[in-house]
Amino acid sequence: MHEMAIAQSLLEIIEGEMASWPSSRLKEVKLRIGVLSGVVPEALEFAFQVASQGTVAEGALLRIERVPFRVRCESCKRTFEEDLPFMVCPRCGGEVEILSGRELEIESMEIEDGSQGRKEDP
Amino acid sequence: MEVKVVKRILEANEVIAQENARLFAEHGVYVLNLMGSPGTGKTSLLERTLGALRGRWRIGVIEGDIATSRDAERIAQHGVPTVQINTGGACHLDGNMVRGALGEMDFDGIDLLIVENVGNLVCPAEFRIGEDDKAMILSVTEGEDKPLKYPLMFQVSSALLLNKIDLLPYVDFDVERFRENALKVNPRLTIMEISCKTGEGIERWIRWLEERAQRKRG
Repeated sequence: MHEMAIAQSLLEIIEGEMASWPSSRLKEVKLRIGVLSGVVPEALEFAFQVASQGTVAEGALLRIERVPFRVRCESCKRTFEEDLPFMVCPRCGGEVEILSGRELEIESMEIEDGSQGRKEDP
Repeated sequence: MEVKVVKRILEANEVIAQENARLFAEHGVYVLNLMGSPGTGKTSLLERTLGALRGRWRIGVIEGDIATSRDAERIAQHGVPTVQINTGGACHLDGNMVRGALGEMDFDGIDLLIVENVGNLVCPAEFRIGEDDKAMILSVTEGEDKPLKYPLMFQVSSALLLNKIDLLPYVDFDVERFRENALKVNPRLTIMEISCKTGEGIERWIRWLEERAQRKRG
């Protein structure tokens, strides 16, 4: 259950970013989480809900994109999407490099920009 | 409107881990992050290691536990500087917790720092603390399928210690299949079979550890 620690790190990043948008409301946060990262999305959503109470992120939704485990063989150069986290090429047995699957990233935030909204009003 | 951010969520921890690593390098201290499930034998391995390296290396220990200082007391009996970190519920050590403990450690008095992480097969793998190597320990009672179920820890480790091999006659644990699984997940793992109870295989582990530490000191 390290999802709480991850939720708190996420919250620190969000609070830093939201400081540039003081009159805006955070609606949604997009995350990219690799299947190998060891994070359970539901647990992270729950931890974020709890950790964000009373902060600028309270009520914001997490939209989590699960990134598949993809590798490229260093010998035969083929790429594979794998269900099991093997670091060995299923074709030639060569060693593979990870292309994706370890991500634990924030990608973007969806905000309602209060000040901009007012400016556009006639 | 959408605001692009694109940041690694654990970036803050990475930065602190790098600062820790710089501090270790300045003092020429090799740091090992020892991970594994509760009850797998982390503290027993540590005791064996301290016994074997006594007089040859000056060792410091950081003990990570959710609560209590039982392990630190056990280790301090071996006459090495020991700092206890209580995570207060967190299931892993992170860079910041280790940094907090460093103030209590005299770096000029040690060459090798072993950090015993909180007993857990998932979470510690995700948080770097500034270590040179991660080593994990798993016992034969835990089952040979663990590399497939908990791949990340096997992937980030340099050494894998299979402990309690003295129990092999009594459990259904296929060592060959376990090795295969572990090496599929991380072909670069150095796998060592040990028994902290009988001392079998400990010599090889000590050789591995000394080689790694020696390499850092140059």
